[in-house]
Amino acid sequence: MKKILLGNEAIVQGALEAGVEFVSAYPGTPSSEIGDIFGKIAKEEGVYFEFSTNEKVALEAAIGASFSGLKCLVVMKNFGLNVASDALLPFCYTGTKGSTVIVVADDPSCHSSGQSEENSRVFAYLAHIPILEPSDAQEAKDFIKFGFEISEKFKIPVILRTTTRVAHQRMPVEIARSEKRKAKNLKGRFIKDVKKFVTMPPRVLEMKEELLKKIEKIREFAEKSTLNKLGKGQTSAKFGVIASGVSYLYVMEALKELKLDLPVLKLGFFYPLPEKKIKNFIQNLKKVLIVEELEPYLEKEVKILAKETNPDLAVFGKDFLPIIGELNSEKVISALVGITGKKYKNPKIISLDLSKRFPRLCPGCPYLSVFAILKKAAPKGTIFGGDIGCYMLAGFPPHNIQDYLLCMGSSVGIAHGIKKATNQKIIALIGDSTFFHAGIPALINTVFNKSNPLIIVMDNRITAMTGHQPHPGVGKTGMGEATKEIKIENIVRACGIENVEVIDPINIKKLETTISEFLNKKETSVIVARHMCAYWAKKIKK
Amino acid sequence: MRKNFNIVISGTGGQGLITLTIIIAEAALIEGYDVKTSELHGLSQRGGSVQTHIKFGDKVYSPLVSFGKADLIIGLEVSETLRNINFADSETNILANEYQLVYPGSLRAEEIVKRLKFLFKRRLHLIPASEICEKELGKEVVSGIYLLSYAAYKKLIPIKPSSFLEAILKIVPEKYLELNKQAFELAKK
Repeated sequence: MKKILLGNEAIVQGALEAGVEFVSAYPGTPSSEIGDIFGKIAKEEGVYFEFSTNEKVALEAAIGASFSGLKCLVVMKNFGLNVASDALLPFCYTGTKGSTVIVVADDPSCHSSGQSEENSRVFAYLAHIPILEPSDAQEAKDFIKFGFEISEKFKIPVILRTTTRVAHQRMPVEIARSEKRKAKNLKGRFIKDVKKFVTMPPRVLEMKEELLKKIEKIREFAEKSTLNKLGKGQTSAKFGVIASGVSYLYVMEALKELKLDLPVLKLGFFYPLPEKKIKNFIQNLKKVLIVEELEPYLEKEVKILAKETNPDLAVFGKDFLPIIGELNSEKVISALVGITGKKYKNPKIISLDLSKRFPRLCPGCPYLSVFAILKKAAPKGTIFGGDIGCYMLAGFPPHNIQDYLLCMGSSVGIAHGIKKATNQKIIALIGDSTFFHAGIPALINTVFNKSNPLIIVMDNRITAMTGHQPHPGVGKTGMGEATKEIKIENIVRACGIENVEVIDPINIKKLETTISEFLNKKETSVIVARHMCAYWAKKIKK
Repeated sequence: MRKNFNIVISGTGGQGLITLTIIIAEAALIEGYDVKTSELHGLSQRGGSVQTHIKFGDKVYSPLVSFGKADLIIGLEVSETLRNINFADSETNILANEYQLVYPGSLRAEEIVKRLKFLFKRRLHLIPASEICEKELGKEVVSGIYLLSYAAYKKLIPIKPSSFLEAILKIVPEKYLELNKQAFELAKK
């Protein structure tokens, strides 16, 4: 049976078909729908699901479940993997007990990513973790299942790396006949095994050796895997293409458009690479084009392999394709035309330069009121620190109050540094979910190391930007169960901060006078501006 | 192999583009086509410019429509219709909702319509779908469905109206089904 699925829906389907038992996530576009769906279906499917406090904690939760024998899926966007990386590296050393797949969603062109255009494939080299790259929704489903198989067979975690155009692509996907999952007893068992689970020296170096050996075994497996497939094509041209992920689709479309018949090697494995297969492919070619998005990791690998097997091979890649921004079939067409000299008439395009329609805060958004008051209450020259959430829109017109923006929790950490370095006034904005995610250690640092920024927690009672996921301050888990509601103001006070006020931003006067008062304090002060997200309030009323 | 049929839908966040995209994809699947779509989610969509891509045919590779390669551009708002004409070539049909959501720096609606008429002449189908839906059904939000029905009956999309209705039945939640069916029937006239 075929059903039209979004890439992310296909990932859920694949994980269910593989028999996943434990799922943890932190929301982030373009990965968020995976967690949202598990939140809805976990109970009926007999799966445990949680939105964790942050990605590192999500991965650690899954590591614990894997050590106890459960089959685990962890879901995050690219920046989440940076946060989780501290746990990721040793997890590759210990390996898994219950098989584990980590979905990491990259976002070339930064459609929904503020902080950097990250290429998460580099973690393969850092952590020695297998990385699979699907190109469409069907493959997203199939590769998740492959991922669990590899993890099961080699006792190693596996990353499934998607990009926006895979995660948010829809297509008909073959669904395994709905075999009702048997209600399972989700209890695993942690069986002590110091040799496997403790990464202390000198054992840690033995573990590294075991890991590297494992990777070579997986490379052998990858050589035979159908994930790396050789397409037909005229070999007489002595020109071939190597592609991975969504780039493969652009290559196939470009070849069709140009009526070119070239052999294409599609790599489903980014790491470890099937080196023999690549060598066989390039052995008799004169030219090869590597089509991959962002940094040229594959291109570098192929250049090294070519030196050994075909030193005269011309390896093209980033000399014809951009290193910044996502690819598309037009860009691949222009690369192929550049290399082959084939004639191609570009379509005539009408282009207009219209002024940009910026995204904006929803009608009734409580942040609108905070922004307006900030502009009024803060003296001229006040620095505004931004963080990750809907309040990033403070940086767009008509607000234009955001003087720096880097990563989760950094508004507070950086505010401390600026306070130490200058005499300037500073207000750091941070959302509720972001506060729990990475704001607390930075807040403690302002007290520990005696600075005095004003921090405004923009508490709209939900993780709004990514589609309204619960967080520790909401009183509900990812599966909708009631849980203890952790109060932000209690955490703030427990950190030793005395200047704390919880204010509903519709109370304009109170917020205004408190901002003025707190800006003159000698110690850190915190305002929790609490009012529910207007969109969310409407949604839960329905 | 026949050429794929390429559609770009443009509008602003909150106008129901994604539902419309899913309905078209589903109808294409019902008719036995291969189909792919692409969309974006997240903060940049909140009230900002939004576009989705749909391609169907014997075999679809890339989910993205190339510039100058759309067979049909559906615009749910006039500024956003004009913004996306770089997907058009000399044969593209433009189906535009005569409806404007003004933003700082936007052109006047009359000016936009003038430009669209000049560029596309008889290939421009300018329909006051929002106005009609508001007047007849009391709901502006189904204007996309109205336009889809118009496209189907005027054969601007090579998919039968009955397949779209079947897709609507499958996709739209029970609560809003009657309204959507009414909007679809309305454009038949």
